[in-house]
Amino acid sequence: MKVGLPQALLHYKYYHLWETFFNELGVETVLSPASNKQILNAGVKSAPSEICLPVKIFLGHVKALKDVDKIFVPRVVSVEKGAYTCPKILGLPDIVRGTEGLPPVLAPTIDFTKGKIHFAKAIYNLGAQFSSSPLKIFKAYQAGTKALKRHELKKQEDGLSKTGGLKIGIVSHPYNIYDSFISLDLLKKIKKEDVSIQTSESLDKKIIEDETSSLPKELFWTYEKEVVGTALHWLKTGKVDGIIYLLSFACGPDSLAQVLIEDFAQQYQDVPLMSLVIDEHSAEAGLLTRLEAFLDMIKRRKKIESNHRPDGLSANYARGSVQAA
Amino acid sequence: MGSLQIMLEDLFRRLEVDYVFPPRSSSQALSLGAAISPELACLPLKITLGNMIQGLRAGADTIVMMGGWGPCRFGYYSQIQKIVLKRAGYKFKMLTVEPPSRGLSHFTSPFKFLAPGISTRALWNIVRRSFQKGRAVDLIEKACLQNHCYVTEKNKLAQLKKQTLYLIDRAESKNEINEALRVGLKTIDSLKTEDKQPVLKIGIVGEFYLLLEPFVNFDIENYLGSKGVYLERSVYMSDWISPSGKNVVGGHRQKEIEKLADPFLSQWVGGEGQVTIGHTISFAKRDFDGVIHLLPFTCMPELIAQSILPAVQRQYDIPILTLVVDEQTGRAGVVTRLEAFIDLLLARKNEMLLRN
Repeated sequence: MKVGLPQALLHYKYYHLWETFFNELGVETVLSPASNKQILNAGVKSAPSEICLPVKIFLGHVKALKDVDKIFVPRVVSVEKGAYTCPKILGLPDIVRGTEGLPPVLAPTIDFTKGKIHFAKAIYNLGAQFSSSPLKIFKAYQAGTKALKRHELKKQEDGLSKTGGLKIGIVSHPYNIYDSFISLDLLKKIKKEDVSIQTSESLDKKIIEDETSSLPKELFWTYEKEVVGTALHWLKTGKVDGIIYLLSFACGPDSLAQVLIEDFAQQYQDVPLMSLVIDEHSAEAGLLTRLEAFLDMIKRRKKIESNHRPDGLSANYARGSVQAA
Repeated sequence: MGSLQIMLEDLFRRLEVDYVFPPRSSSQALSLGAAISPELACLPLKITLGNMIQGLRAGADTIVMMGGWGPCRFGYYSQIQKIVLKRAGYKFKMLTVEPPSRGLSHFTSPFKFLAPGISTRALWNIVRRSFQKGRAVDLIEKACLQNHCYVTEKNKLAQLKKQTLYLIDRAESKNEINEALRVGLKTIDSLKTEDKQPVLKIGIVGEFYLLLEPFVNFDIENYLGSKGVYLERSVYMSDWISPSGKNVVGGHRQKEIEKLADPFLSQWVGGEGQVTIGHTISFAKRDFDGVIHLLPFTCMPELIAQSILPAVQRQYDIPILTLVVDEQTGRAGVVTRLEAFIDLLLARKNEMLLRN
């Protein structure tokens, strides 16, 4: 039995969990290749043109997994009480099922609004397709969560250990940041400039939770909370020198989160913010120009601020956020 | 949204709140709203924002907006609109009426602010009566929609609808509302001409706001009706307010929708995503000639439905026309596509008749 794992969307969050889980149960996993032009084209062909880039890429990855027995597309409805993921992730298995010429879909429903027992049952039912021993399934799941924890801890330490140079925070969904094809290799481009990068993964989950619960109405999308909470924390504390907000065109939750984040950026003006909207037509040159301008501005500003001009004029001169769409 | 206005006006009258309704949605409201809206937000946010600006300009100092708990963006509209309006320099208080599923006080507190001292029980009675009105209006709308193609004197029907809605609007007690409704339905029925048969049968599915507001859907119901097409619509305002209620205006209860949609979309995805799939299948099973799917640009639940509809189309062999609307959409483009769709359906129908 070969199970295919598409390298897109929630892959960047839970891959280590699922891979370990399947392997412990003696199931071979096949990972789709890293995103490329071919995958994008295949995805664009089978998705409605109005849907966001990450979902298009996801469909491309699914199509790249043709010689497997099953494709693993978990239906992640909710990962915490009182909040959902994103409607498109809720409907993902159905979208894949509706696409012609694909292997059957393996789609357990992960829904924490229905409680922990519902989740345990979903995991058991998933494992029961490959093993008759409940103990083995339980151990496989435990190994999976351990692997995921290790990975998360490593990410957190990675973010904290970096010192020197400029500190730039990137707020976005992991599938935008780490898919170098979607982000047009943004991470590499930034690293070239002697800049260290922070993401929401380097923050304690408690901090994010505290920040978002201070909003007048709590957000009901878990992953959007991470985006908004991280941006808010950095804007308030000034722990980074600048924030790049990466969002994909036609992303529903981000279209509203953008208003929240930019509103806070106007209230806390000490950290510059740049919003970058990406879609399948984004070009590398445009991104590079904006990135360079943004980094130059921050560098100059730091230089001026370190000169301690007593009139305060120069600090004001360098202040302000760059906005680009 | 005519039916919503009658219901809310009734509610505010009974609560003795001084209210002002913004003018009906128009291109002016849209351009006012779109000018300060987030670019990638969906059309209903932009146009309701325009309505709010018009209301504030007409002298309102408080805005009452509906809320929600997700995952559709609508639940967060009021928060975003508040920020955007404040940034544009407007001064007002925003009250959000949240669904009572996370505590009754989320629902009652805005009303208790508007009408201080009202008891929850009294409020409940008032809301129930106003809701009855809303349902009556929906039933009249439904009757007019579904009888449109059987009526020769279309003007008379429009006039009758206006009259009945006025009577419902004026009605006070439960019995008065029921009487106005009964008489209205009867007279609408009497306008039918027996020998007139519909040219085609088309179902309309899609996002709530787009289906209910004639300004944003380019009044396609009237357009198709005047071409002699029998129409049914998946969403009605009162069904939306109490989704699992009995005596559904739209024809299918939530449970039935879930069952119909299950092979294609077994998960509730917020908004009308599942309703769209369920009703499309229902239309196909009832031998409709085609389905029109309306959605605002970037609407999340409807996009899921849109990606699944081709599979429904394949299995049930029913033509589906998808119309995506945003502030750039022009009437001429929509009408051209509707004309082409009708032509195709007619050709298809004739061919099928010849074959049998």
